[in-house]
Amino acid sequence: MAKKIVLDQAKCTGLGICESLSPAYFEVNEDGDMVQLLQIEVAEGDLQEVQEACDGCPNEAIRLEEV
Amino acid sequence: MKRLVVVGASLAGLRAVEAARKQGCTGELVLIGDEAHLPYDRPPLSKGYLNRTQESVVFRTEEVLRDELKVDLRLGVAATGLDPIARVVQTSAGPVAYDALIIATGARARMLPGVPAGLRGVHLLRTLDDADAVRAGLDAGARVVVIGAGFIGSEIAAAAVTRGLNPTLVEALPTPLVRAVGQEVGEQLATLHRRKGLDLRTGVGVAAIEGEGSQVARVRLSDGTVLAADLVVLGIGAIPNTEWLQDSGLTLDNGVVCDATMRAADGVYAAGDVVRWENGLFAQSMRLEHWTSAAEQAATAVRNALSPDSPRAYETVPYFWSDWYDVRVQFVGVPEADETLVVEGDLATGDRLTVLYRLGDRLNGVLTVNGQADIMKYRRMIGQRATWAQGLEFAAERRAMREAKAVAHAQ
Repeated sequence: MAKKIVLDQAKCTGLGICESLSPAYFEVNEDGDMVQLLQIEVAEGDLQEVQEACDGCPNEAIRLEEV
Repeated sequence: MKRLVVVGASLAGLRAVEAARKQGCTGELVLIGDEAHLPYDRPPLSKGYLNRTQESVVFRTEEVLRDELKVDLRLGVAATGLDPIARVVQTSAGPVAYDALIIATGARARMLPGVPAGLRGVHLLRTLDDADAVRAGLDAGARVVVIGAGFIGSEIAAAAVTRGLNPTLVEALPTPLVRAVGQEVGEQLATLHRRKGLDLRTGVGVAAIEGEGSQVARVRLSDGTVLAADLVVLGIGAIPNTEWLQDSGLTLDNGVVCDATMRAADGVYAAGDVVRWENGLFAQSMRLEHWTSAAEQAATAVRNALSPDSPRAYETVPYFWSDWYDVRVQFVGVPEADETLVVEGDLATGDRLTVLYRLGDRLNGVLTVNGQADIMKYRRMIGQRATWAQGLEFAAERRAMREAKAVAHAQ
């Protein structure tokens, strides 16, 4: 089942741990206050890495959902 | 796995039980915590929770823990001993047998010796109860003295300034945060505090904390200064909670000593602030008091507890953040360095700073103030064992990119 990333902008503060774990999908914006998603749909082979990025968010601002 | 017992119900403990279920553990899961509260998040206690921009810090409801995760939750229960041969944890509510154990008892805030017991208005800041007490004092417009200009003390003092109070931050060392970030950066951070209007006193100790009746009234400094105070908050470090393991036979050395796979003994693993483990990326044993490593160590510890015959090592580039005033301080790597070099910014004149730490020819650490767009790129570089030259090259690229943008913006 394909999965996509859901970002809760109200929770994200741009800490950026996700970017350090999965830079193909996440990047902190230039203002430093929010992460931007570089891709929404997650390739099968990247699922574990993106899940770790979700688990690594102290604000629980990102999660994977089935498309 | 029939029964996995997790001792310590903070971030690492919560993540341990969540990881166990996620990894397919169908056995009994026991989570033991000595506080009465459900597992809660600590970073906000000295940040948003103190400033009332964040109200709830509880991670999961009791229903989620008990019904969805099927956790046997034992709150208000303290672990008092461990027999790793018989595989039994002694607790204030009786013995608990386990097949595998995760130790996640964390650390506690250090108390200043000589403070009269029971003096109202004197607080540590580690627990939710501490934070509620400190927040109530700030709400009441207290005259605040914060002792210890580490990250927690700095956050509390900054929160008080942000509220329009006029706190004093007292630091025994001439420069704050020297051990955490080095001399030069410590001076920069002291400058930032002063530029934001904080009364920071460095190189001066606390001679006495005195009360009138049962209420704190003043702090007497070693140079004779007397600071009137209704609220005194101590931020002078933390001690790992290992006393209960004294007779367990586990190796204790400023934390529970574990190998690279978070294993302390057969069937015993540890995670979070309580653990000292072998971080292969830096070829040294370290004990971190960081959110990220606590969460990740818990997942690794559980994985290895469930699959002891194919353990995985936990390696990480340490990361922490601290929010002061309207700026964010972030650090990746290890501050041990032969050289620290400011590559961008100056806190004497602005709110931005990037500092690289060199050890040998390797990029060993990076600190930024308001450098969120860069810091995680450095974290990856350090994880890939980047050289100092690569660090400098990347810093030059980022600086050039920002300068070009500023020029374009001005035209």
